[in-house]
Amino acid sequence: MTTSATAAEPFVVPGRRERRWPPAVPLAIVLGLVFCGVFAPWIAPHSPVEGSLGDRLASPFGLEGAKPGHPLGTDRHGRDTLSRLLHGARISLAVSIVGITLTGAAGSLIGLLAGFFGGWVDVILMRLVDISLSLPGILIAVLLSVVFEPSFTNVIIVVVFLLWPSYARLVRGETLAVKQQEFVALARVAGCGSGTIMFRHIVPNLAPSVLVLATLHVGYVIVLEAALSFLGVGIPPPTPSWGVMVADGRGLIERAWWVSILPGIAILVTVLSLNILGDWVRDRLDPKLRQV
Amino acid sequence: MQRYVLGRLLQSIVSMFVVSLVVFALVRLSGDPIAIMAPPEASEADIRAMRAHLGLDRPWPVQYGTFISHALRGDFGTSVRFRRPAMELIAERYGATLELGGLAVLIVILVALPVGVYAAVRRGSPLDYAARAFAALGQAVPPFWLGLLLVLVFGVLLRWLPTSGRGTPLHVLLPGITLGWFAVAGLMRLTRSSMLDVLGSEYVKLARIKGLPERTVIWKHAFKNAALPVVTFAALLFVALLNGSIIVETVFGWPGLGLLVIEAVDSRDYPIVQAVVMCLSGMYIGVNLVVDVLYAYLNPRIRYSS
Repeated sequence: MTTSATAAEPFVVPGRRERRWPPAVPLAIVLGLVFCGVFAPWIAPHSPVEGSLGDRLASPFGLEGAKPGHPLGTDRHGRDTLSRLLHGARISLAVSIVGITLTGAAGSLIGLLAGFFGGWVDVILMRLVDISLSLPGILIAVLLSVVFEPSFTNVIIVVVFLLWPSYARLVRGETLAVKQQEFVALARVAGCGSGTIMFRHIVPNLAPSVLVLATLHVGYVIVLEAALSFLGVGIPPPTPSWGVMVADGRGLIERAWWVSILPGIAILVTVLSLNILGDWVRDRLDPKLRQV
Repeated sequence: MQRYVLGRLLQSIVSMFVVSLVVFALVRLSGDPIAIMAPPEASEADIRAMRAHLGLDRPWPVQYGTFISHALRGDFGTSVRFRRPAMELIAERYGATLELGGLAVLIVILVALPVGVYAAVRRGSPLDYAARAFAALGQAVPPFWLGLLLVLVFGVLLRWLPTSGRGTPLHVLLPGITLGWFAVAGLMRLTRSSMLDVLGSEYVKLARIKGLPERTVIWKHAFKNAALPVVTFAALLFVALLNGSIIVETVFGWPGLGLLVIEAVDSRDYPIVQAVVMCLSGMYIGVNLVVDVLYAYLNPRIRYSS
């Protein structure tokens, strides 16, 4: 389980850090996944939730026991692994987009208010950040799932809960810096209200940092969703989340390794690519964030 | 310093209060426990008696007060599934979690620190390259999947190690490695970059010019100063281990607190969930407090800025 989105140090040859173009292979992988996620219902050869009982536990292509039409094999219910993986990309995509958009917006707004108004607003909001950081996220997920049924919404709540403090801290710091600049004072003199100054004049200056943090968080959110779903406190089965698929294959590891190993490889490759891309975006847009 | 420690202590107490409030509120929101506990043939009067007996007819601030005063005495009620006090089950299980965590910490320290230091000293060498590849990979591997992969390789294919439960010392090996893996990647990276910073400094050059043996320069002069950011990582490490132990115990059927709470979720065993969440959160908040105070003690800049 990743604990922070500080992400890995870019795994590139020293001296090649200032790259102009994004690393090609990770970019291709991520674009491919987005494509799969968006078009899964049309490109998946089979239904992700309905299996044919005659084709149970078929091996992947090329191995003994493989069945035509199931290149990556099938699971215990005869569901096609490839189709489920494609639909799983859709879940990962949805969780990261919805989760990061919400948490980025909420966290940034709080940071903006704290930084702009200062004083007691700042004190109260930053105490909230400290408290939120000191609560263990995965246990909150466990608690939520025992009270409400496990669901997409629970996963999003946990994502927001875990990540909003980093946006709040980042944006607060940036706001404090931007606020000192002359154009803010000039806007004030020109008669702009606080709202206009914040959203028209300060927010555009914060966008690059927030964008960088958001890219660095995507991989983390995907692993988080998979881990929660694996534990049975995230996306509920039979929805083909990658974490659910790994959990499905747990008891079958001796007879049908592909059921759990393949979705794990999908997570690994996706997250590795996203982390490498995230590092590239950070180095391009905002190298000082390397310390965040 | 005293002011800082006091403020930090107060904040931890508030955090714990928030946890208790969340636990209490969520469990109360989850529906009427009587509906689950009462047998179907119970009469209206029976149900009312049960409600009064459990104190559920009183206003909720009173109920919260009762909950807290019981919790402070370690009484979280009786497990619905095991029909035994929740605290008793926790006392039984936490030894297993500590054993697993202890091994993971040992692996992390024995692997991450030396490899991180040598990767920095021999920057650009194959070892450095391998260490950084491992760190990048280590942070992208989902721990629950790594566990299954180890089971497949060492349990199913090679048949070297047991893959589930607790018993012989061999049983702890696979879960320990799985739990340690992620933290190794993080700590190694941190040690490496921290060492690189220090190795470029003037006093390390001076120590070399003085003619001190390379080993003394690295471990006594450089590493001691590079270790400060590493201390901060101790808190993160603990968090990773705590979150990780829930996952790893589930994968390997390791009978610790993590498995206990996940099993309790499946059987909707509220007292157990409450008790484990409160205990683990308490540990989590406590460790964070200790690490922060320790760090302030080691680093005067923090002590005086706040």
